[in-house]
Amino acid sequence: MANLIGARIERKEDKKFLTGKGRYTADINLANQTYAYFVRSPHARAKITKLDHSKAMKAPGVIDIFTGDCVVKDKIGGLICGWKIVSQDGKDMKCPPHPVLAKDSVNFVGDHVAVVVAETLEQAKNAAELVNVSYKLQKAVTRTEEATKFENIHEGIDNNLSFDFLLGDKGKTEEAFSKADKIVKLDLVNNRLIPNAMEPRAAIGDYNTSSDELTLYTASQNPHLDRLIMSAFNAVHPEHKFRIVAPDVGGGFGSKINVYAEDVVVAYASKKIGRPVKWVAERSESFMSDNHGRDHVTHAELAMTNDGKITGLKVDTIANLGAYSLVLAAVTPTYLYAPLVLGIYDIPVACCTVKGVYTNTAPTDAYRGAGRPEATYVIERIVTQAAKEMGMDQAEFRKKNFIKKFPHQQCLVHNIDSGDYDAHLDKAIELADYKNFENRRSQSAKKGKLRGIGFSTYFEACGVAPSAVVMSIGAGVGLWESAEIRFNPTGNVSVFTGTHSHGQSHETTFAQIVGDKLGVAIENIDIVHGDTDKGPFGMGTYGSRSLTVGGTAIVKACDKIIAKGKKVAAKMLEGKPEDIDFKGGEFILKNSNKKKTIGEIAFACYLPGTFGDVKSPLPEGVEPGLIETSFFDPSNFSFPSGTHICEVEVDEETGETKLVKYTVVDDFGTVINPLVVEGQVHGGVAQGVGQALYENAHYDESGQLTSASYMDYTMPRADNFPQITLDYTCTPATSNPIGAKGCGEAGTIAAPAAVMNAVIDAVGSDVSMPATAEKVWKVLKKNGSKKAAA
Amino acid sequence: MKSFNFKSATNTKEAAKLVSGRATFLAGGMSLLPAIKLRLAAYSDLINIKKIKGLSGIKVSSKSIKIGATTTHAEVAGSKEVGKSIPSLAVLAEGIGDPQVRNRGTIGGSIANNDPAADYPSACLALNATIHTSKRKIAADKFFKGMFDTDLKKGELIESIEFEVPEKSAYAKYPNPASRYAIVGVYVAKLKDNVRVSITGAGSCVFRSIEIEEALSSNFSPSAVDNVNISSKGLNSDIHASAEYRAHIIKVMTRKAVSSC
Ligand SMILES: Cc1cc2nc3c(=O)[nH]c(=O)nc-3n(C[C@H](O)[C@H](O)[C@H](O)COP(=O)(O)OP(=O)(O)OC[C@H]3O[C@@H](n4cnc5c(N)ncnc54)[C@H](O)[C@@H]3O)c2cc1C
Repeated sequence: MANLIGARIERKEDKKFLTGKGRYTADINLANQTYAYFVRSPHARAKITKLDHSKAMKAPGVIDIFTGDCVVKDKIGGLICGWKIVSQDGKDMKCPPHPVLAKDSVNFVGDHVAVVVAETLEQAKNAAELVNVSYKLQKAVTRTEEATKFENIHEGIDNNLSFDFLLGDKGKTEEAFSKADKIVKLDLVNNRLIPNAMEPRAAIGDYNTSSDELTLYTASQNPHLDRLIMSAFNAVHPEHKFRIVAPDVGGGFGSKINVYAEDVVVAYASKKIGRPVKWVAERSESFMSDNHGRDHVTHAELAMTNDGKITGLKVDTIANLGAYSLVLAAVTPTYLYAPLVLGIYDIPVACCTVKGVYTNTAPTDAYRGAGRPEATYVIERIVTQAAKEMGMDQAEFRKKNFIKKFPHQQCLVHNIDSGDYDAHLDKAIELADYKNFENRRSQSAKKGKLRGIGFSTYFEACGVAPSAVVMSIGAGVGLWESAEIRFNPTGNVSVFTGTHSHGQSHETTFAQIVGDKLGVAIENIDIVHGDTDKGPFGMGTYGSRSLTVGGTAIVKACDKIIAKGKKVAAKMLEGKPEDIDFKGGEFILKNSNKKKTIGEIAFACYLPGTFGDVKSPLPEGVEPGLIETSFFDPSNFSFPSGTHICEVEVDEETGETKLVKYTVVDDFGTVINPLVVEGQVHGGVAQGVGQALYENAHYDESGQLTSASYMDYTMPRADNFPQITLDYTCTPATSNPIGAKGCGEAGTIAAPAAVMNAVIDAVGSDVSMPATAEKVWKVLKKNGSKKAAA
Repeated sequence: MKSFNFKSATNTKEAAKLVSGRATFLAGGMSLLPAIKLRLAAYSDLINIKKIKGLSGIKVSSKSIKIGATTTHAEVAGSKEVGKSIPSLAVLAEGIGDPQVRNRGTIGGSIANNDPAADYPSACLALNATIHTSKRKIAADKFFKGMFDTDLKKGELIESIEFEVPEKSAYAKYPNPASRYAIVGVYVAKLKDNVRVSITGAGSCVFRSIEIEEALSSNFSPSAVDNVNISSKGLNSDIHASAEYRAHIIKVMTRKAVSSC
């Protein structure tokens, strides 16, 4: 059997997805199905003074209308924050009530107020127009930096401050700064983004009035977690009678981690009316009501010696949580952010404060990279600025400060097990032809373009772990993962994973691992996920955890299969289990030519006896069947790292920035399938470039979302990109037996800093994200560019 | 989408008869259908005009090009005749939306809609076009009245648009990065008798820039606009571009257009 790990195998998923045969939630239609349409707040902040749906109730096709009063009466719980943060004064973070249907007040444009359930979608929409909601308008706050100075938008949450978080040693850091030869300061804005998964969210509640079973089909990254939250907190239905299916899901990027109001409401409504209730978001609903990402305002300072050695780092951030606190809203800008501001530099002391604030905007939560892109942006911008102020080459400055020895205990949280930062920087410099950059700069100047180069030497922490530690700092659950390997009697294999694939290609990558481990052909392996009725409980997919945590659970379950197989083989081959070797799918008795294939062993496990030709008695004490389950709780995160080098050309007349060269060298440890990994990196880079140059969720003064469609929200497009040069270095992770490090978010984490450093290098002064043409033009004009002024 | 009756007309008379009451014409549907889906518009009947014979096609003479109202953007972009006598018009059509939009959307629909950021209206003004309707001929200068507003009367059908063949012309579009409609589009045409310059995207409706026309009339070169003062007063301001930026881009695009004439 060829080595599958490391092979460029085309995705098993391609056939269905590339031929339009994916089966998404919206594709599911159930008998007797009804349609839900949500009445949403058109205002950013208001009191609901009256809600009259009597006219709407009489509209054609309407079955029922549910409001905030109904869910209160039926004791449906509100949406939760799943990981609570403690402030520096020792107090718990403050979370406002977040009902699934608003009762007294609305807090952002798109906030869910009522739901109309009708025979057709058209009828539901027509009736929704007749639901009469009276609002008493209140002044709204949308801007991150203004939140703490604004009147309280939630009762009892003073200064709109949810938490004031501190990581690191303030005193020691101040001391380092007082001794510093040089201090570099930087103010940064990390722009708010809208995730824009290709498939909008969708949910169908299907209550079976006979069996009392409730099924929810939903576009989710973590169906088991959804079920747990919806039964334990929203009190929708008991867990053992509740099934959640997340079928094909067209991208999540974090926006499909949360249990949303719509999930709870369609499940609840289906129970109330005894029929399936279907809701599919329109794109404008996605823009308004999916969780948004980023939205930080930061001040950072770096202390250095005269010869360019970093001696300390101070970061103060305000993070906009939006109107409420979602499941991972608080951990994202704190534990997933603050430890990462150190980057890959050997920084002896540091501290980071984060104020989480409420505003009248869509709630924010994890968005691809979740905290790490924001952190990387801080450190990679300030390090570049420092090199410039020191008059040092930016690659040299980085190398001088890189962590060199592993394992390395950082001064904030992480103990980095492995890495070689010089290696990926050197390789990237070579591939990007850094030494000839100045030639290219002059070539561009001849065409009237300003050329700039930017670096981002990132690391990130993925596969949040271990459970005991994360729970001690506020996580509502542990972050282990499950796997079950089920050999079927005919010798093919069903693999159940608690992770969920919504673009990550698990069906291919995981099959490669199992194929290699067990010596089974890849086409005889089925990866099963996305249904709480199928596999054991699992935590889902986010934070680049699936391979390192979920993949390891699979490896461990394979090991159990092999261990049992050896016992069975020993009996059949008339040897001792310890004398059986397993290789390439065969159990071989040492020093003999006697062997059994794993298929024969599986068969024996299901036919434990002698019948005609079949002679497969099981050894005493060995149970029939060949199914093994494993739960893996990693001892540490994994720490991928890498170097991105970006070159841009800026048009001096218009301020338009064009990406002209992009080089990436990543250290993801062991790579299972380079084809899949490169797809992840390409997509990640595109999203990071999107943040740097194009994307921006914009609210106006009154709290209206003015970038609420593709007419106004700029997505990166294929013609915005040059060919991306990709390569790898490899230092295997030590925290999992595969040696893998997460790769799903790296592109998005590194790219914004690389691009912005390049833009700033080109124009010669600071520009904020997104570096739109007009913004850059204004900077050029201010800097005295004649072309920009003409 | 609120439901409506769908009817096809096979000739212009039938179209005129069918379009009574809360009915309207449907050409490519690229602007009308999204508006209906978003519930910004509702009609009892949509009258499909794409089946009307003779309403589509391109006729060329030495002085003008006449394009039937239901001719698609793709047809104009791909037309050899257009490419030969008014290449800038083919370039403009090629730059509208994406292939799907170009294969469905029509020139008549575009100008009837008169989106302030649409491309075709600028060609009509700069190339001194005449709009032939079921009732009369309208000079382009009189046709575009304001944002999404034209001189068309209820039930009046555009049959064709006749463009004057210029000595030289060019269209330079600075696209909105999100929608890729024009933030500013400048159409420059040197006609037999005069120079006409029209600007789309920048204001509430396509308009001619008299200052630029005068500057180019005396000196048809990119540098002619250097000393023209483009006021930002009355120009659009949105999250993509302020009025001040649009005023600047008008000059940049004018230079680009003139230099590619
Ligand atoms: C994704 C996308 C991108 C686009 N990008 C651009 C762009 O970059 N530049 C640009 O200019 N446009 C763009 N458009 C608009 C496009 O050009 C449309 O095709 C055009 O605006 C309308 O043409 P239509 O044939 O589809 O008209 P329809 O949508 O069918 O009709 C539009 C309006 O015109 C009326 N109408 C249609 N034909 C006639 C007629 N013969 N007489 C009288 N009234 C008539 C209809 O009643 C309706 O009110 C884009 C559209 C989309 C969807």
